[in-house]
Amino acid sequence: MIAKTLQDTFRRYRRPGDIVYATLFFAFALFLLSQIGVETKVVKRTKWFAQPSLWPMIAILGMVIFSGLHLLSSALSPRIPGRWKEVGFWLQSLEYVAYFLIYVVAVPWLGYLPSTMLFAAFLAVRAGFRSSATVCIALVFGAVVAVVFRALLQVNIPAGRLYEVLPEATRVFALTYL
Amino acid sequence: MENLISGIAILTQWQVIAALIIGSVGGVIIGALPGVGAAVAIAILLPATFAFEPIVGLTLLLGIYGSSMYGGAIPAILINTPGTAVNALTTYDGYPLTKRGEGHRALSLAYSASFFGGIFSIVCLIFLSPVLAWVAPHFGSREIFLAAFMGILLVILAHRGQTFSAAMLAFFGIFLSTVGLEPVKYTKRFTFDQTWLASGVDLIVVVLGLFAISQALLLLVDKDHAPGEARVRGSIFAGLKELLGLKRIATVSSSLGVVMGMVPGTGEFTSQFLSYTYAQKTSKDPDKFGDGSPEGLVASEAANNAVPGAAMIPLLALGIPGEALTAMMLSVFYVHNVIPGPQLFVDQLDFVMALYMSLILLNVIVLVFLLFSTNLLLKIIQIPTRFLGIMILTLSFVGVFSLRNSITDCAIAAGFGVFGLILKRLDLPIVPIILGMVLGGIMEVKLRSAMAKVKTPLDFIDRPIAAILFAMILCIIALHVRTLVQEHRDRRRPQPTGDGDTTQQG
Repeated sequence: MIAKTLQDTFRRYRRPGDIVYATLFFAFALFLLSQIGVETKVVKRTKWFAQPSLWPMIAILGMVIFSGLHLLSSALSPRIPGRWKEVGFWLQSLEYVAYFLIYVVAVPWLGYLPSTMLFAAFLAVRAGFRSSATVCIALVFGAVVAVVFRALLQVNIPAGRLYEVLPEATRVFALTYL
Repeated sequence: MENLISGIAILTQWQVIAALIIGSVGGVIIGALPGVGAAVAIAILLPATFAFEPIVGLTLLLGIYGSSMYGGAIPAILINTPGTAVNALTTYDGYPLTKRGEGHRALSLAYSASFFGGIFSIVCLIFLSPVLAWVAPHFGSREIFLAAFMGILLVILAHRGQTFSAAMLAFFGIFLSTVGLEPVKYTKRFTFDQTWLASGVDLIVVVLGLFAISQALLLLVDKDHAPGEARVRGSIFAGLKELLGLKRIATVSSSLGVVMGMVPGTGEFTSQFLSYTYAQKTSKDPDKFGDGSPEGLVASEAANNAVPGAAMIPLLALGIPGEALTAMMLSVFYVHNVIPGPQLFVDQLDFVMALYMSLILLNVIVLVFLLFSTNLLLKIIQIPTRFLGIMILTLSFVGVFSLRNSITDCAIAAGFGVFGLILKRLDLPIVPIILGMVLGGIMEVKLRSAMAKVKTPLDFIDRPIAAILFAMILCIIALHVRTLVQEHRDRRRPQPTGDGDTTQQG
């Protein structure tokens, strides 16, 4: 019994949506294979091991063969219900990707500190935390992250263009540390 | 001796000490938080460490790597939720002990076994150093090519039951390493005439996407839950002595951790599997395994904590990472123009010594910290998972954007984030992509330089180490084929229970 449980810990299970992923990956590998003549070059007077197209060819052939075998094994295995529900879960993540990219675009304009505080607070509300205490914690977290990374660790993040309109006294400070 | 003193001098810099303490304590907290893990933390902090001295950056990352598994044992034992994936086996014997009111004993056993495993692997590393320093210079281009090839092969075959997907992802990683302008003939490869693809796909961007952003998305989209409340009662020092009675299990498990840690592509899970099986087979009380056996707990924790020290061996000696975390650390070396490999032991032995000593110190710091702060940690881990998702996504931005202030990098990382989420949901491995990227690049460069001196195919393996590596590759393939044949025979026999939902692949 224990041995079976131990084996179970290390065994991987096929999950719903596997065939969708397998099909997409196989299609992607085939697409890359179709492009290999256009996207890589065979250089004259160069031996096979130094050809720029050698390693992309090896990699793509490997992708095509093994993704084909993966697709085949997935297609031959019994169907697990919940395939499209799982795909829906994957697509739901795109909403948060959109928020992340808006935040990325906002940082050079608004500045790292304000945009990080707003981003953390917005995500807290969107993730279902409605209490003012949690939103405050998110705001504080955003502020701490900005101060630690930009002011203390001097990580390479540009100053916000909005800081240019700040009063003289605070402008230099904001441009350097926030 | 001179190198030892020089190593101590490096270690006494305040920045190194600060990095050691922050890394160790931070690593324990990160490990104790179910849903974060060392890979996420290291991926986020990686670009920030580029601004530090190599020893400071590496100490910080090593601190997180080495201490996260200590922290991961706490929720595994007390609330039956492993803090990191490698603590899953700890729940088997740790949680039943907690249910019997012996949580403090289980924790102290886990801490002391982890400490034993950690120190054991560093002692092995120190004793192996002269051998490494002697062997490493004999590794030329062809030997490093063969070692990298063996790493790819092992990482694919180590994913039992998922070999096809591990192989296709490893090849995908190799493909990613080829994208962009190649540096020898200056031709474009798979850039699709896009300027943003000309410089290739950055490893850090991929790592951050696959490990950190994917985890944030997973936590944000999935149902929210917070780990249950727990508290330790009783003396946490009580089980420290108990380990002395289990020193055989601890030593064998740590040795297996060291061996598996050194072999690229295998790591914690295989060492745990082997040591747990060994402990059970040699136990006087095998029926207690899975129901609160101290031997099982010690086997699991000693084996996984012996891996980080051992994983540094191929990284330092050959510049070949065996798994994702050491692959990330490799980029710290490259950024500072410190090339790990044979020359490191010749030119910068003091640096290597300082790394060893920092590994020992981090284990001591973590043990002392845990003995006095377990109840405090139990309060910290009460953070709801969705809030953790917010924290990881916010921090991921710093990691990607600070690289070169590129919005495109962030978009690529987000794309890999979605891909990582799909892989995690399907329980498919991420590590082969990272190792494919790193080892693929190494193989391309080393094959090119090795083949320039090779006239016939046999010349490739005419040196002793190359021949040994080639023989090992053949043995690995032969053993895998043998296992497949055996499994096929077993499957053809009638079985009492079916397991239709597992994918058995060759």
